[in-house]
Amino acid sequence: MRVIFSLVLLFMSLQVSQLTKVYGSQKVLDAVSFSAAPGRILGFLGPNGAGKSTTMKIITGYLAADSGEVKVLGENALENPKKVSSKIGYLPEHNPLYLDLYVREFLEFSGGLYGMKSSDVRRRVEELIRKTGLQPERHKKIGQLSKGYRQRVGLARALIHDPQVVILDEPTTGLDPNQLVEIRALIQEVAADKTLIFSTHILQEVEAICQDVVIINRGKILAASPLSELRGKATAVELTLETEEALELSWFESLGEVKFGAKGTNELILTVPEANEARKALMQIIASRNLNLISLNQGKKNLETLFREITQTP
Amino acid sequence: MKSLFFKEINAFFGSLTGYLVLVLFLVALGLIVWVFPESSVLEYGFADLEALFTYTPYVFTFLIPALSMRMIAEERRIGTWELLRTSPLSVFQIVWAKYLALLVLVFLALVPTLLYAYSIAQLGDPPGNLDWAGFFGSWIGLLMIGATFAAVGLFASSLTAQQVVAFVLGVFLCFSLYFGFSALGDLLSGEAAYWVEEFSLSYHYASLGRGVIDSRDLFFLLGMIWLFLGGSVLVLRSK
Repeated sequence: MRVIFSLVLLFMSLQVSQLTKVYGSQKVLDAVSFSAAPGRILGFLGPNGAGKSTTMKIITGYLAADSGEVKVLGENALENPKKVSSKIGYLPEHNPLYLDLYVREFLEFSGGLYGMKSSDVRRRVEELIRKTGLQPERHKKIGQLSKGYRQRVGLARALIHDPQVVILDEPTTGLDPNQLVEIRALIQEVAADKTLIFSTHILQEVEAICQDVVIINRGKILAASPLSELRGKATAVELTLETEEALELSWFESLGEVKFGAKGTNELILTVPEANEARKALMQIIASRNLNLISLNQGKKNLETLFREITQTP
Repeated sequence: MKSLFFKEINAFFGSLTGYLVLVLFLVALGLIVWVFPESSVLEYGFADLEALFTYTPYVFTFLIPALSMRMIAEERRIGTWELLRTSPLSVFQIVWAKYLALLVLVFLALVPTLLYAYSIAQLGDPPGNLDWAGFFGSWIGLLMIGATFAAVGLFASSLTAQQVVAFVLGVFLCFSLYFGFSALGDLLSGEAAYWVEEFSLSYHYASLGRGVIDSRDLFFLLGMIWLFLGGSVLVLRSK
């Protein structure tokens, strides 16, 4: 029984439930809930100002929540932030660093903050410099490094105490395409035995490296599922039907998701998992109701349009 | 905590500004004590270091906020505060580590003045004729004033993310605490003047300078240090 219980805990190493945060009269987070499992990369996706950073800051204990709960490896993070902080590796947005420190000096300092012994720190720093490809720049001051290398330093710092949960806030913004590929590869490598969450406003990023995706907009979670599931939704077919007569939604509800189009009750958009069968059924309904068909168009949704649709501000 | 303490010390000696501040401090004191005829010991004709102890607090009101202004404000400005805050260190530990580093710097600035005492003692007639008790009382008083100003400076640094604002605020607070209350006391009379005077740092400093280390003076200064460090912690926690 205990084994099963701890297995469940292990499976969900990060659980966020009903997190709410209010700034003045603005609700920046509204009952945000999701969870993340080890060995998987979770993409925290949303447009700018959606509440991604705020959520991450609350998880890491930098900000207080107004209500809700965060559990990291079964430990309550909001009640016990100091205990949890040693289990979380965090790369804040904009990657703040001490520009006048040397790479090694900075990493050793960071290890010390987490109470590591100096011999352990030195070994770990060597390991991380190798792992993050910082070797050619190891003797430089951080201020002399390019943005890509600074990002590596930030990443190495977040990993210095070998945390089980890694939280990266927009780790790829402002990188050139080559650096982007390298940092992504690094993130994938790191994630192998950890729970990794990273936020981004770029969908391709999520498609490239994530297994799970959580979509947030205006402080609300709009979708939280494995990427494959979301892709399934995204490959759905959209049938757009236009007739001379006014239509009713209830006539087509048995076929799939249905809503009116831009032209009012004369246009109908039908989202179905498979096109052929749906088209046949649709024609039957049109025939039996004796409707005058103007047009029937078939289109495919991709992840991009899906993302735009669910995050669109009305 | 240890690593933050050493980082602060290294930050100081790793940059030219650190040395510059120390050198300027010693040059200013050296000029006041030995060269300027108004205050020079050599002109004065008595073997004591009155000048040193009278003028150092003035120099401290500028020197210490200059040392402390960067310590918290800069972390907040460049965002590394978030790194410290999400580490296992508590706000109190962060403030304490920075305060200890500041104390070490103040101590280092004061150590060379021990040489002055030796020189004066040698210049006395007969040589070695110096009121050592008075000197050490004052010297410890000076150290305590430095420690208090350090807490005040750190508090100012925790209020803002702008170093310059932290500096101006620090100078103002140090100045008010040291001279402000006693000046206010001079304006009043009777019982009220006495109580207001009690709140000024200069009153307690002068009392230590008589060579008697009174526990009341020590407790007052320690209380001030505690108050301002506690204030910094409260301010930083609420941010």
